[in-house]
Parts: sequence; structure tokens; C-alpha cells
Amino acid sequence: MSYTKRFDGRKNDETRKIKIELDIIPNADGSALFAFGDTIAMAAVYGPKQLHPQHMQNPKKGLLRVKYDMMSFSVTERKRPGPNRRGTEISKVTEWALSEVVELDAFPNTVVDVHIMIPQANASTRVAGINAACLALARAGVPMKEMCSAVSIGKLDKTLVVDVIKEEEDYEEGEGATDIALAFSSRSKKILLLQLDGQISADELKEAIQLGSKTCDKINEQLKDAIKALGKEE
Amino acid sequence: MMETSELTKKRISDYLREGKRFDNRKLLEFRDLKIELGISKNAEGSARVKLGKTDVMVGVKMDVMEPYKDSQNEGVLSSIAELLPMSSDRFESGPPGFESIEVGRLIDRSIRESGFVDFKKLCIKEGEKVWSVMIDFYSINDNGNLVDAAVIGAVAALIDAKMPKYNEEKGKVEFGEWTNKKLPLSKSIPITMTFYKINGKIILDPIKEEEDASEAKLTLCIIEENGKKYITAAQKGNEAGLSIEDTGKIFEIAEKEYDILVEKFQKAMKEAEKE
Repeated sequence: MSYTKRFDGRKNDETRKIKIELDIIPNADGSALFAFGDTIAMAAVYGPKQLHPQHMQNPKKGLLRVKYDMMSFSVTERKRPGPNRRGTEISKVTEWALSEVVELDAFPNTVVDVHIMIPQANASTRVAGINAACLALARAGVPMKEMCSAVSIGKLDKTLVVDVIKEEEDYEEGEGATDIALAFSSRSKKILLLQLDGQISADELKEAIQLGSKTCDKINEQLKDAIKALGKEE
Repeated sequence: MMETSELTKKRISDYLREGKRFDNRKLLEFRDLKIELGISKNAEGSARVKLGKTDVMVGVKMDVMEPYKDSQNEGVLSSIAELLPMSSDRFESGPPGFESIEVGRLIDRSIRESGFVDFKKLCIKEGEKVWSVMIDFYSINDNGNLVDAAVIGAVAALIDAKMPKYNEEKGKVEFGEWTNKKLPLSKSIPITMTFYKINGKIILDPIKEEEDASEAKLTLCIIEENGKKYITAAQKGNEAGLSIEDTGKIFEIAEKEYDILVEKFQKAMKEAEKE
């Protein structure tokens, strides 16, 4: 049996319902919540601010620091509070992704801290986190060359789907599940994040990247609309 | 949120001398309380609590484990607090500082000593298997009084919680599956109040600047049993001492404020359950 009907009835190229809230953390310079259905990411941005210790300062460009973590009760089997190896890696790949779109040259000697937290998870948390972070950076007024957006693509048996849920991650029939996390810059369409677990041919992966890029364009429109809508209110 | 300036501290203290606060509240008046339940579908119980601009999340997860040697027939409680750098630029990433340890400890003692959870009923087999209840706290936006918000969140999350499914044969919890059973909780709601002393005045529910301006604080957890109130946990904080008279006065205020806060809590819970 090939994977023809998704567990939650979505079309293959359809994300879960996207929810965006801006300015959720008054203390932060910028903040946002981004959700793909039950997967919720919150992000807060502090900075640009003075970087300590001084020897870490770079007179040529600013530093972007990202910390990603999940709340202990965001998953069914409690995660020990505090950072772990998985979170450390996700923090770094998110930092790499965002560094490409943030105008680091515009704030030399300083640092921008991005904090991402997941209160409720149903797969695809790192890509939800990147979307939340991008919104928070924009709200903080951090200079950016362009926006970015992220999504997960799954290959379940031979079928490519968009925005993977936990049940799909655990799919075992046929060729099983391949999980691909992708992020793209909005204008230059560069790949900012690519992580893959599973088994896939080069041709299929190319196709998955195309699907991811197309989906990220749509997500990017929603991110921009949310920011614009708020601009009108202000 | 930067460290509060000496000038602001002085203004807070001058205002208080006239019985006034920056946001027009009375000295013992709490900010608006808003509770949201079930903020994580994967938690046994969870709650988000907003006290004005202070915003916190609390979740309850449960597991089955061997009991401690000194309490062979009782469930186990643990409580960890993370003061997230997300919630204030005063908090830093890395190992927990004293402040987060203190918040965790105060949640733990407020829940444990109040008898709110009947831990004897959380024994599955004496000496072998008991439930452990893990309460984890995260600050989302710190604008003062995290401890009181944290305990409100812990109580709300415990009320929200459903017992997970336990597979007796395997002796293990089926994570992600729940029963309809609630936790064994008492009807009396524990309320934790932290009193702050600023220039001779006693206030409740401070915003951050007021916390900074304060000399000493006293945290009390209060419960009511058969119409009588009891103090079940207490901790004096910060360097300045409190006079015996002041402390006695605070005990009396706490008993009175308890009724107001329980009502406020119940009202917020009703609103939360509607949604």
C-alpha cells in the first residue's frame, strides 16, 4: 500500500493551519508565535546590544546567537528541562540559516540574541522555530537583506508530502519515512537549511527541494501579510 | 529590561509613602489574572498564567517509579523552574542560577506542604511502584512576581491534569495515552503570596521596578481547612531583616488576602474552562 491518503486528510502539498501572533513578549525587542497546527514555536529577539566579553566583538560585523529548546511537557515523553545535544545542533543550524538573511554588517561589535521555545510539539518544530524567529527579527527592526521561511518535506514510501506530522515521521510501510527540513531565503531562493534523515534518491530529493521552495514562497507571503497587517494597526 | 535606576526606585518609594503605585493599584492589589488551560496537548496538564504583563507556562508530566526509601507508600513530586532568557534580558543561558532554583523550590514546597495533592493515593504498590508528578515552569515574560504566578500556574495545571494510561504488565506508562481520571486533589486551593517591603510599606504583586526597589520579601503559602487558615510554607528573602511586628502584620494580611485571591483564581479558572 502506498501512502495516498494523509493521516489528517490534508492534500500532499498542503501545510497544516498556520497561526501567527506578533509581539507576544513585551520585554523583547521583537517576538512572535508561529504554529503549524499543533506544533507551536515562540521566538524572542533581544538586540542588537553590546557584546560581552569584549574580545568577542567584531568591528566588521555583528553576531547572531540562536538558542532553541523544547519545553519538558511539549512532548508525550517528558524531555528533561534544559539544553541537550539535539537542541544544540538545531540552535546552530538555525543560526546559520538566519545569518544569511540578517544584515550582520549593519551592527558591528554587537550581538542579536534569538531565543526559540517550543511549548507544544507535533513534529516539524525546527522549521516552525525558524519562521517564528524570522518574524521576531523583523519585529525587532533588525536589518535584514530579505526574509526567509521554512518547512519540512516528508517522503513516505514514494509519496512526497509537505509539513510532516509525528505519525508521518513514524511511517514504516514501503520505503518508510524520509524527513527533510528546509529553509529558503525569500528573494534569492537560496537553501538556508537542509537536514535529512531517511533514504531518498538524488532525483527525488531534487523534487522535494522544489516542493519545499514552492511551499516556502507561500509561507513567506503569510509572514509578510502578518507583518503588514500589524503595520496598518499601528 | 534594564536594571532599575536609583531615580526610579526613589520615585517608587516616594509614591508609596503617599499610598500610591505607578499603575494606580492599591498596595495589596493584584494585577489582572488570566489563566489558559491545556496549552500543550502532550502534557498531562498545563496552564499559562498572565498577571498583567508577567506571563508564565507550567506543565505537569507523570511517570511511574520506585518510591523513596523514607516514603514507601507515597507518590513523588518534583519541580523545576527555568527562567528563560526569552522572558527577560536579565536571564542568561546556561546552568540554572539561584533565582530559578528558588522559584522551583518555592513551587515544590507550596504544592507539597499544602497537602493539595494526596500523595498517598498516588501509590500503585507499596515499596515498588508509585506515581511521580513533575511540575515544570517556564517564564515567558518577566514583569515581576514570578513566584506567585508560578504557584497559580502549578495549581491550575494540576487541576487540568488527566492521569496517563499505565500498563500494569509492563510496569510502564503508555506515553501519549490518557485516562479520564483526575489527580487526587484537595478542594482547598493553596495560594502563594510574596510580600515586598519598600520604605516601610508592604505591597503585593510587584512589577519588576518595584521588586528592584524592595529591601526584603516574604513568601507565604496559605491554605484553608475547615474554615481555618494555615501557613504551609514560608521563606524570607533578600538581605534586609524584617521586624517581628511587620512579620506578624503580614501573617494577618495574608489570611485576609487569601479569600480575595482564591476568588480571583476561581473566576479566572471558570473563564479558562469556558474556552
